This record gives sequence, C-alpha cells and structure tokens, in this order.
Amino acid sequence: MLGEGILKGLAETARNFLGSYVGKDRLTTVQYPEERLPQIEAARNFPFLVYDGPDWQQGMRCVSCLICEKECPPKCISIEKSKDKKPDATGKPQFYPAVFNIDVSVCMSCQICVEVCPFEAIKMDVEFELSTDDRFGGLLWNKERLARSNEYYRQIHPTEAAAVDAHLAEDRAKLEAKSKAAAEAKSSATAMVSAQPASGVAAEK
Amino acid sequence: MSTATEAVRLIPKPTDSHECQLLEVSMGPQHPSTHGVFRMDVALDGERVVKLKPVFGYLHRNHEKIAETESYLGSMPYTDRLDYMCSLTSNWAYALAVEKLAGIQVPERAEYLRVITAELTRLQNHASLIGFLLQDMGASGTPLMYAFREREKILDLFEALTGARMMCNYMRFGGCRVDMPAGWLQQAQKVVDAFPRFLDEYEQLFTENEILMARTQGVGVLSGELAVNAGITGPMLRASGVNYDIRKVDKYGIYERFAFRVPLGDHGDVYDRYMLRMLEMRESVKILQQALRDIPPGPIMDPKTKIRGFRPKAGEAYGRTESPKGELGFYLISDGSSNPYRYRVRPPSLVNLTVLEGMCLGQNVADVMAILGSVDIVMGEVDR
Amino acid sequence: MLEAIKSEIEANVSGCRLEVVPNSSPSGQHSLLIDCERALAVARFLRDAAHLRFDYCSNVTGIDWPGKEIVEKEKIKKLVDGVEQEVEEVRKTQSAGHLEAVYHLYSMEKKHGPVILRMRTKNRSDQTHLPSLTPIWRSAEFQEREIFDLYGIVFDGHPDLRRILMWDGFEDHPMRRDYVEPDDYEYEPTPHDEVLEKSKQHTHGVRAR
Ligand code: SF4
Ligand code: SF4
Repeated sequence: MLGEGILKGLAETARNFLGSYVGKDRLTTVQYPEERLPQIEAARNFPFLVYDGPDWQQGMRCVSCLICEKECPPKCISIEKSKDKKPDATGKPQFYPAVFNIDVSVCMSCQICVEVCPFEAIKMDVEFELSTDDRFGGLLWNKERLARSNEYYRQIHPTEAAAVDAHLAEDRAKLEAKSKAAAEAKSSATAMVSAQPASGVAAEK
Repeated sequence: MSTATEAVRLIPKPTDSHECQLLEVSMGPQHPSTHGVFRMDVALDGERVVKLKPVFGYLHRNHEKIAETESYLGSMPYTDRLDYMCSLTSNWAYALAVEKLAGIQVPERAEYLRVITAELTRLQNHASLIGFLLQDMGASGTPLMYAFREREKILDLFEALTGARMMCNYMRFGGCRVDMPAGWLQQAQKVVDAFPRFLDEYEQLFTENEILMARTQGVGVLSGELAVNAGITGPMLRASGVNYDIRKVDKYGIYERFAFRVPLGDHGDVYDRYMLRMLEMRESVKILQQALRDIPPGPIMDPKTKIRGFRPKAGEAYGRTESPKGELGFYLISDGSSNPYRYRVRPPSLVNLTVLEGMCLGQNVADVMAILGSVDIVMGEVDR
Repeated sequence: MLEAIKSEIEANVSGCRLEVVPNSSPSGQHSLLIDCERALAVARFLRDAAHLRFDYCSNVTGIDWPGKEIVEKEKIKKLVDGVEQEVEEVRKTQSAGHLEAVYHLYSMEKKHGPVILRMRTKNRSDQTHLPSLTPIWRSAEFQEREIFDLYGIVFDGHPDLRRILMWDGFEDHPMRRDYVEPDDYEYEPTPHDEVLEKSKQHTHGVRAR
C-alpha cells in the first residue's frame, strides 16, 4: 500500500515523542547552563601551569626549559627565560619563566605541551566558559592567569594527578636519598680524612 | 567564471533549438546543503542540470605545507582537522604511514584500541551522514537529531578516552596515547549493544519511506566501471557494486582477525549509498563486539619509539586506510630530519567529487542536493 | 615484483626507458621512473594488461626538488701582472632541480599494488611540462589540477587544467620550497623565530606581554 512506509516512520517518531516522557535515553537534552552534564575526567581544554604550595610564583614547577614552546604545533606558547634562579619546590635553584604567554585563540588543545614537558609543569584545564570581549588581550594569557594550584589539578583530574604526585614523590625521595648518601659519603670521607692525619700522627709518634 | 555575489545570471542561449535560456546558478559557498563552504557552478535548463563545476578552496590552509615545517608528532593534531567528523581514523592513517616509514611495530592492545575507536568513528559518521542526507532532502531535523543523539553517546566515549570529543589527537607512532580509563570498556559495550536497536528504528523510519525512495532510487547513478577509473573509494564505490574494502584488501592493523562482510550495492544510485551505509554500520557493530570481547591486556606503546626527537631514516612510504569516507592515505618522504620533506594527504572526499558532475547531469536541480549528500564530503579534507 | 613489471613494460612498450628508484626505508616501496614521451603508453599498458590490471590510480603527488649548489674547483692559467700564473678558481653552479609527479597505482580487480610511477620535469622554471595521465585514470583529474596549482607542473592533455585550491588570479605556486609567504603578519601575540622577525616590522619591536 502506498504510504505504508511513511506511516511506519510516523509510528517511529511517535514512539520517540512519547518515549521522551518516560525514558531518559530518548530525551537527552540538557538545559544548559542551569543544568550541566557531569564532568568527564579526561576532558581537556587549555593548558595551565601547576604550582605547589601556597604561593604561585614561588611554587611554579616550570623551569623554563622551552621544550613546550618548541614542540607546540601552532607555536602559541611564548616564554622568556629568567636571568636568575630561584629555588623550586624541593629547594633546588632553577630558572623560571620571566614571561610565559599562551595565546588561547591559537591554541588547539592538542596537549602536546603536556606530553613533552619533563617537569610535570603544564597540564590541561577543563574550564570552557571563556568568552571575552577583548579579542587580543583577553585571549592572551600570561603566567599569572595560567597558574593553578596542584590542589586544583587533583580536583579536576584525580587519577592523573595521583599518578603524577606519586611519580614526583618517588623522584624526590630518590633525590633525597642520593643527596643523603652523598652527604654521608662526604661526612664519612671527611671523617676518614680527619682520621688519617691522626693515625699518621700516631704513626709518627 | 561568475563570482559568488552574482549568484544567478542568465546565459545567452547556446543553440536555437533551445527554447529557453540557460540559467546559471551559483550554489554555495554558503548554501546550507553543501556541507561546508563548497560551491557549485550550475547551469540549468529549466529544472535540468546541464553543467556543474565544483569550486574548491574556500577552506584551503595548505595543511601539507604546514606539515613540512612541523615535527612528525606536530602534524598529528592537524590530521584531526582534515575530516573533523572522523579524527580518529585520520590519526590512524597518519600513524600507519609513519610506522611504515620507520618500521615501527604496534603492540596488540593498541591495535585493538585503534580498531575500536575507528569503528566507533565509522558508526557515528555514517549515522550522521544519513541524517544530513535526509536533512538535505527536506526532512528537517528529525533524522539528524536522532543520529546526533546516538553520536553523542559515542562522542562521550571519545571524550572519556582521549580527552576531546572531536579533535581527539589520540594515536601515536607505535601505539596510542593513553589507555582506557576504568569502566570505559563496559560503557563502550553498552553503547555498542544498544546501537543495533537504534539502527532498527532508523531503518523503520526511512528504508521503506515512499518519499525517500522516490527521491533517491535511480538518481545519481554511478557505474562500477567509471567508479573504479575515477578512483572513487569507500561506501560510494561499494554501492556501485565493486568489492573493494581496504580493511579486507590490505588487512592493515589486525582487521584479518575479525569476521565481517563487505556489503555491496546493485544500482549505484543514492538509495544504494544510503542502504550501504546502514549495512556497513551493522558490520561495524559486529567488529566492535569481537574487538571489545577479545582486547588483551598489555602495553599500548612501542617502548622503542620516542615521542620527542623522532627522526625516521631517509626514504618514503605510502600508508592507506579505509576511512568512513573512502581511502585515506598519507604519502611521506623523509630526508632524515625531524620534519617530513614531503607530506601528502590523499583525500577521499576530494577524489570522490570527480564524478559529481557526471552524476548530476540531466537530473533535476533538487536532486543535486541528494547526490552531493550521498557522496559524503567534509570540506576540511577536500580543501586541506 | 617491480623488476618483473619493469621488464614486461620494456618488452611491450617499444623504446621506453625505465629506471627503478630504490627506497631505503623499511616500507620497501620502490618506484619506477618513466620517461615522459612514453608515459601514456606505459600507463595504458599497466591498466589494460590482463594480469596486471592496475585499474585504480589512488594518489597523485607533486614534489619539488630544488636545485643544489655544486661547487667545483678548477685550475686555470691567468695573466697576473703580466706573468702567466696558475690560479685556482672556485666555480659555483646551480643545478636546475626538477619537479616530480608520483602516481600510486593499485588494482581493484586483482587486489594488488602498489606500483609507484614517477615522472620528472626537466627543470623548475620553463620546462615544467609532463603528460597528463587523466585520460587513463580519471582519478588523477583533480589531483593533477592540484599539482598544477600548487607546484606549477603543466599537464599536457589534461581536459580542464585550472587552479583548484587557490583563486584564479593567484600567481605563485605555494607548495614550492622556495615560495615566499606574503608579509602580512600584522598582529601576532606569541611570535617565534622568523615570525618574530617579521612581526617586529609591524609592531615596532614591541612584544605583547
Ligand atoms: S595544547 Fe597544543 S596548541 Fe595548546 S599550548 Fe599546548 S601544545 Fe600548544
Ligand atoms: S612548561 Fe614544562 S616544557 Fe614548558 S618550559 Fe616549563 S618546564 Fe619546560
């Protein structure tokens, strides 16, 4: 019968229409911004710079190695290395970025900067409501705008942050053990050095 | 050639035998049914198309030139933007070409992840393509929204795995970037299990619809012979009855492990292309069921391949995959430095448009939309 | 396999010169350099020979190989202050370079491939003609147009050789390696290297902070 296919199709739309009153899987619309979808943990948007401790300037992990600047495909990171060094979270003196700018109007959220950073200093944010009326200044983020605390990182990417924290703690422990061993070796060496002349003296006597 | 501003003009009649004048219409580049900024210079004799010249380049950014200045890794996120509906298959094609160039082995788990993400991509591409096709023919909204509702579930899977919904940037030379998070496999299984029901409903909606049949059967017929000669690939080729699926022919990745069939069309018209995509989705579901069942534990990256400072030896390689649009290939020439000497994308969407004029000649102007919709193009890939 | 195909072509297409271009990468995809005069005959043979049937030309690529500088040293006799002396002279010559078109062929009927064909122009400036293979494989139509547009290889026998991606009035060939981008960097917040140099001219050296 001509029109049977159309009727079948209409039955289908009717099923979806009525079904949307009872089943969530047929009514998937979310009334943004009043209602929001749950955040997906792996989501990424634009990069931010992680800092440890309370002071963002003091605790910034970035040591200004310029790797991310070089590897960023659209070249939207711009870094100027500091002339002096400041102690990082472990107290080791390190360079820091005097200028760290990301032009987020160019950034394509590829997270290659995150992948190549050897210091776990740059990570991806999940913030997406970023509209601004200033096309140039508002989308060129400096290091203050980019700085986010490690607590924030733990909050948005718990699994990933836990792994990073563990790995950093391990590195730190290794470093400490090494410096301790070095210190011990040094002190025992000095002890030996101080012991030797004494024995020498004794032998002389 | 007329410019876009003078969209319609009369052409002096070519011969005296014509009683009416030809009307030249510029369809696009902002026409809603051209799937992006694409223009067709169409000459009409009444309702009939007598000339159709596609005009490209509105989205041209010289992706290939950019890639020559980027490191090998740096081009990976750009491949997402070729066919922005199917970033994961583009990733795979590029990774495959680089792996051929440098002789890299991919661990088994990564191969499975690639198959799973690629087939999910195929599902969402075909589903939304059918939605767009029907939208172009006047079924505003409903089919497309049903397709997008399902696509959304797949994009959620992509976001949970790769971090992004469309610009996934997921594959790396020698593997994949991250492993699946906890619970992802179960979630994917749920989506895949529910998909056939959606396909049944979708088919219920259209397959026997008299209007759809009247608009598509016998329209835009493409013979198998011409399709082969014109380098048509993908669903469009198979709708013309040529059995050529690179997943079967090249058996790249681990496709030989999966049991699936290659659907073929009989008539090569728009309806066959629609139907073929429906059937292909069902085959993709089969592949997904097997892959989700069999995925082994293990590493996801080849340990010998470095992320940074990747320099393949001098040489060249052409790697190709069956992307949802057709044969997507990458041809790379290395001179031993850290960026490719030549980087070529073989875009299926562009080559598939070769026969557009031939399919449209003699058809009604309203059929042009249906024919173009059934080709399945994405301008990001056509113009590069 | 390529060697076998090569000798077969040589046996069937009279007077054609072929050369195998080896490929040292692990992909092992070697190619055949064919001469332009017999290109159409070679292509037709590859397409039509019953056991080869390369009926599908998948990919057509243009490549630019700019000329290299060749440094030659030569001793010549010269009159210096009225005395004949032997002077060493360094002569620098520029080799012409060439443009190349590469065709990747597969067979849909026999499901084998690829066979890779290459053709080279004589130089990059005035002798940039190659025969078009579009009459054999229509799939080359848009791709050859693209090469004409971006590299400037003129394909003789192409049915519709126009620019495809750039607009009609455009003059240069942007994919050539010596293409100079127009200087239109008016604002660049995070400039680098050469972009920084260029943008300095417009921002008077002031860098956005
Ligand atoms: S996410 Fe990508 S584009 Fe953005 S700053 Fe990082 S490397 Fe650059
Ligand atoms: S963010 Fe990381 S890669 Fe970039 S400069 Fe800082 S330490 Fe280096």
